[in-house]
Amino acid sequence: MEKKQNFFAKNKTFTIFGILGILVVLAAIFAPVLTGGIDPTTGSLSEALKPPSSEHLFGTDKLGRDLFARVIYGARTSLIAAFSVVILAFVVGTIAGVLAGYFGKIVDAVIMRIADMMIAFPGMILAIAVAGIMGASIRNAVIAVALVTWPKYARLARSLVLKIRDRDYVSAAIVTGSRTPYMLLKYMLPSAITTLVITAAMDIGTMMLELAGLSFLGFGAVPPTPEWGLMLSEGRAYMTAAPWLMIFPGIAIFVVVVIFNMLGDSLRDILDPRQE
Amino acid sequence: MKDLSGKTIVSRLLQMVIVLFGISFMTFLLTYLAPGDPARATLLAQGLMPSEAEVEALREQMGLNQPFIMQYINWLVACLHGDFGVSYTISSGKPVASLLLMRLWPTIKLALLALVIMLVFSVPLGILSAIHQNKPIDYIVRGLTFFGVSVPGFWVGLILILVFAVNLKLVPAISSGGDLRSLILPACTLAFAMTAKYTRQVRTAVLEELHQDYVIGARARGVSERKIIWGNVLPNSMLPLITLLGLSMGSLLGGTAIVEVIFTYPGMGNLAVNAITGLDYPVVQAYVLWVALIYMVINLIVDISYNFIDPRMRVKR
Repeated sequence: MEKKQNFFAKNKTFTIFGILGILVVLAAIFAPVLTGGIDPTTGSLSEALKPPSSEHLFGTDKLGRDLFARVIYGARTSLIAAFSVVILAFVVGTIAGVLAGYFGKIVDAVIMRIADMMIAFPGMILAIAVAGIMGASIRNAVIAVALVTWPKYARLARSLVLKIRDRDYVSAAIVTGSRTPYMLLKYMLPSAITTLVITAAMDIGTMMLELAGLSFLGFGAVPPTPEWGLMLSEGRAYMTAAPWLMIFPGIAIFVVVVIFNMLGDSLRDILDPRQE
Repeated sequence: MKDLSGKTIVSRLLQMVIVLFGISFMTFLLTYLAPGDPARATLLAQGLMPSEAEVEALREQMGLNQPFIMQYINWLVACLHGDFGVSYTISSGKPVASLLLMRLWPTIKLALLALVIMLVFSVPLGILSAIHQNKPIDYIVRGLTFFGVSVPGFWVGLILILVFAVNLKLVPAISSGGDLRSLILPACTLAFAMTAKYTRQVRTAVLEELHQDYVIGARARGVSERKIIWGNVLPNSMLPLITLLGLSMGSLLGGTAIVEVIFTYPGMGNLAVNAITGLDYPVVQAYVLWVALIYMVINLIVDISYNFIDPRMRVKR
């Protein structure tokens, strides 16, 4: 217990932003409670484009939907999508990279050439094309962004595995008859996992921004889903009449991305003090 | 020596061809699998209510009934001849190549201006921050860059429009890209996020150089700090910075798409986004290929330029 307290006291930034991060997640989970049961997808047209008031904290949009409820529910969409992308890219990239690094030769050549192809290419453009062509939906946007993100993890995992691949203790383990799955799980993966987790943690914020960008362009969330990027795109037309439609979803993205970026940075400082 | 670098360039070119080949296959596969029938789309875009027979006839004519591999090869061969097909919808029947070519210059103009803005801010800020590491100025710069990478770029664009175009009426909200005045907001939006990222990279690169042994040595010998920084550290950290600059062209090109949509700017990205929405696949395919090509050529030039910038590279390879 005492040890734990020390840890949190020593890493204040991590603790503070960890708590904030948990609060964001809780807000997303308990969105119905937080918004007092207001439905974010229905509204009455007589209430349309009302400025912020005590009744509608953030005002209402063109369909009379409560913006506060939509922003809170938007956290759900954003968090689920961003975490899905990171987990998907992390899992696929790590498996591909570890396999490439461990087996080398043809496996390495095939996997890394595919990864090279994806990296030698502006990711956002490909994501736009993939998400757009597959049809607008959050799921497709997640797949598209993950598709252009996994090579980063694959390269990282491969280089980390290569660092220890030819160490004596690894050769010794192989010679003494360790099976391949055991080698991969007990030796290769652990050597790469810390750096990969740091990268994943630092990626969450960026992924949120990219997903919001795709939704903004109309290649992600579809109406009436409460999603911040989509809300900004819908609010654009009412920029002068109802600026709050642009202000609040934007602030929401910013705040949540800051929290997760800070969390990622402080996690890196804790796990990997060598890096600046 | 010359021979060696020539060899690297050839191998790089070969690699580029392979990657382009892969990209072309992927985009073609993607559009092949995509929902929607190009033949029907073409006819509908001409304002016709096509009968089944008419659609079938056009399918045959467009080669859509051939096996996938044949379609791909036909398309690829045509592309190599500079023929990227004709647009299905937007001013239907127009060759895609000329449609894109019309939009190429505005996009380049926008990207270049954004690049200049980015360099003007990020290089001095990054150097300043690195030299004064862990001093107030470093904290301020780091705070700003942190803010910069956490704000959605398109939101910055919208706020800029709201403030400078709608409220202050200094610049037009819709950018035709004709003059500098209408170019400034889109370029600033595009430069915003990139400046933050690049400032961080400049800072890291300079810091790394500052921690080299020779710097300690020079300090010990009493060489003035100014001389160390201007004479050694900065020239030496230029190399990683140029690499990073080449790599950041990716987010620059990707960023143009969103920024062009926000400002309804007549660039390639805007064209492509509209084409995707309108299922105008030849335009999308060509756009993806072109951007890939531009990006790779830039990075190739970056690599080649090493040989001229850094004499060490000539010996190493």
